[in-house]
Amino acid sequence: MTELSTPASKPNRGFFLDLKAAGPFVALTILVIIGYLLNPAFLSEGNLTNLLTRSAFIGVIAVGATFVITAGGIDLSVGSMAAVISGVMIIVMNSALETFGGGLTTVLIGCGCSIILGLGAGLINGLLTTKGKIEAFIVTLGTMGIFRSLVTYFADGGTLSLDFAIRGTYRPVYYGSVFGLPVPVWVFIFVAICGWLLMNRTAFGRYCTAIGSNESVAKYSAIKVERIKTLTYVIQGFCVSLATIVYVPRLGSASASTGVLWELEAIAAVIIGGTVLKGGYGRIGGTIIGALILTTIGNILNFTDLISNYLNGTMQGLIIIVAVWLQRGEWGRRKPPTP
Amino acid sequence: MPDGQAIIQPVLAADRISKSFGAVPVLFSISMEIRPGEVHALIGENGAGKSTLMKILSGFHAPTSGQILLNGRGVALPANGEAENLGIVLIHQELNLAEQMTVEENVFLGREITKRGVLNRAEMRNQVQAYLDDIGLEISPGDRISSLSMAQKQMVEIIKAISRDARVLIMDEPTAVLTQAETELFFNQVERLKEKGVAIVFVSHKLSEIKRISDRVTVLRDGHWIATSEADDLTPDAMAQLMVGRELSDLYPPMSEADVDAEHILEVENLVAPSVRKVSFQLRKGEILGFFGLIGSGRTAVFEAVCGLEPIQSGTLRFDGQDFRPKSVVDARDVGLAYLTKDRKEKGLLLGQKMRPNLTLFALPKFTTKFGLDKVSEENALERAKRRFDIRARDPQVDVGDLSGGNQQKLLLAKIMESDPRVLIIDEPTRGIDVGTKQQIYHFIAALAAEGVSIVVISSEMPEIIGMSHRVVVMREGEITGVLTGDEINEAEIVRYAAGLKKGPDQ
Repeated sequence: MTELSTPASKPNRGFFLDLKAAGPFVALTILVIIGYLLNPAFLSEGNLTNLLTRSAFIGVIAVGATFVITAGGIDLSVGSMAAVISGVMIIVMNSALETFGGGLTTVLIGCGCSIILGLGAGLINGLLTTKGKIEAFIVTLGTMGIFRSLVTYFADGGTLSLDFAIRGTYRPVYYGSVFGLPVPVWVFIFVAICGWLLMNRTAFGRYCTAIGSNESVAKYSAIKVERIKTLTYVIQGFCVSLATIVYVPRLGSASASTGVLWELEAIAAVIIGGTVLKGGYGRIGGTIIGALILTTIGNILNFTDLISNYLNGTMQGLIIIVAVWLQRGEWGRRKPPTP
Repeated sequence: MPDGQAIIQPVLAADRISKSFGAVPVLFSISMEIRPGEVHALIGENGAGKSTLMKILSGFHAPTSGQILLNGRGVALPANGEAENLGIVLIHQELNLAEQMTVEENVFLGREITKRGVLNRAEMRNQVQAYLDDIGLEISPGDRISSLSMAQKQMVEIIKAISRDARVLIMDEPTAVLTQAETELFFNQVERLKEKGVAIVFVSHKLSEIKRISDRVTVLRDGHWIATSEADDLTPDAMAQLMVGRELSDLYPPMSEADVDAEHILEVENLVAPSVRKVSFQLRKGEILGFFGLIGSGRTAVFEAVCGLEPIQSGTLRFDGQDFRPKSVVDARDVGLAYLTKDRKEKGLLLGQKMRPNLTLFALPKFTTKFGLDKVSEENALERAKRRFDIRARDPQVDVGDLSGGNQQKLLLAKIMESDPRVLIIDEPTRGIDVGTKQQIYHFIAALAAEGVSIVVISSEMPEIIGMSHRVVVMREGEITGVLTGDEINEAEIVRYAAGLKKGPDQ
């Protein structure tokens, strides 16, 4: 056989791949060091828990987005979806107040409603993409507009506020701590672990990767492509509903400006983490780090006067572009000749 | 080179050309002369080096050693098809036309005629119309390429070449996708070009066509030059002998006796599906059933429907006596019916992934436990598959896209076999792989049949069909035109059915 005669030629390839995989982690470490040097209070316990709690929303949503993107899709509707779910949750809980009082039952009804809405919205995105054969970008651009206008409509252009009778019961879901960590951080950890297992240890994760790599191959390999793709959007919807459940007690209100640009932050977290935007390669671990990086940038800017806080978006934008540029640069990797 | 004295100065010649890709040599000191006004056929098995030689002659590859002579003088041909400016045009098998542009725009692509900076559409249109009239092709310069048939597209390519004053036209299997009538039209055109003094090099697997149209024939085998002779001195059989270089029986394993009384494992009755019109046939246990037909005859379409890849419009299927109507590939796989695609790069393997996830993808449920994927058993399966199918990779972590075609094909076979199918459908089992691996694949297929797996081999390579099958089904335009057994399985008979000259009694 001719192919045996080619000597092992790429000894350093593994090293470069490792560097690539570790890239986001290295970047986060550098950011943390910069933060500490600018202001030692950056590493205080209070700031760290604050940082983790803030990361939780984007992080949880981004875990879902990792599945969608790995399977070759995209979901632009998550920010608006979070807003509309918040709004409906508040309306439902406020109206349940009379019957069930301001106790746990009402909060549970609200949470149940959130999960149903999340799964439903994800299912709609998924089915329109797969059965409707419309590009995911278009479908979710459409639902993004729909969800956003619905929340504005429900709030009648203003703000929907959670009744104070319920706030007391619901409050610990954002402000409470268990074993020294805020509840949102626990949710984040839980979602991250489940997401990682699902992506790396189950057939489902393998199928997502296969579909994102090449849909035809997936189809010919006895994979139910449409079902798996739809499921990724459902998972995304579920993640959005979890994030919303944790988010609502923070302000106790929802308005047209709730969750604005979350979709972009979530996608950014996924991409910074090393997942490939066109699909076929997904890393949950990277996504978690990506979400932490995004929050850390904002946090550092709050701590220093060197750069205006208003430039937060600029810094995030630069980081995203640099991250993708570094991933693209296939340093030291040469394509073997293809006869 | 023991070729007679060149009376006519060759327009293009290869002088002791060798080529290696990395450390893999593919051509060994090939010399070949192309004379003006001749049709020079280049034949050889897949992997013999024909494509590489054509690409070197047209400048797409640079030779590792040796040189190209143009009008007797050594030249280094410019890369990327710029040899067209020297009058050397290569027409690829997958045509190189902008599908959404018109005939006229394609012909003049890159050298549009302008008048004061503005496209001179009228002039270009007239010129293209003149060429079309000359060929006798009834399309308009304003037609979009995507609306043309394959044969028409090919003619457009040829017009494009002629309009560039091509002196050497190199064509890769131009007739492979043409119907009988289109082939006639094409040959007429070739005759005309010949009269104009254009040299034509063409690759084809259809030996009778070569006998008819070409003046001289050059045979390559495993990258070596074997012979160049006058086409008149060679019979198609002699060409085949030169190409293979050994008795065909060496290439194909001894065939086990077909058990004519074996039960039917797969019965298809009046199947209607996209590109399939009322097809009926039976497959017996342990049988190798060949499916032959020209491109577009519906061979692949039949099995895409049978395996749940395309919807079945009507008809009945029975698998092992049970009624069976697959809604998806999963249904087909679960009864024990597996389809191995001919398009291993686009539909068969994930080129950017490693061997392990590729191997287990088709039968992944087999590798899952309550706690998710069982990577240990996946790893074991890979080791087993590498031994069983002789898959060779210098680095187990290599991306599948970097494996050789032969190893990819073996991996694809291994992947499909992980589902332990009882009926295996292999579409073009040896497309684009070298002779050695080809032989291995044939032996794997025969061994599987001997183990009791029923196999359908779909192929457009006649020798393969003849060498491997117990029975041969011939298709044409979505219908079965004949089922051949025993002595009927020969090239002439198959061609008659495939071309529609003959039709079976019960079809």
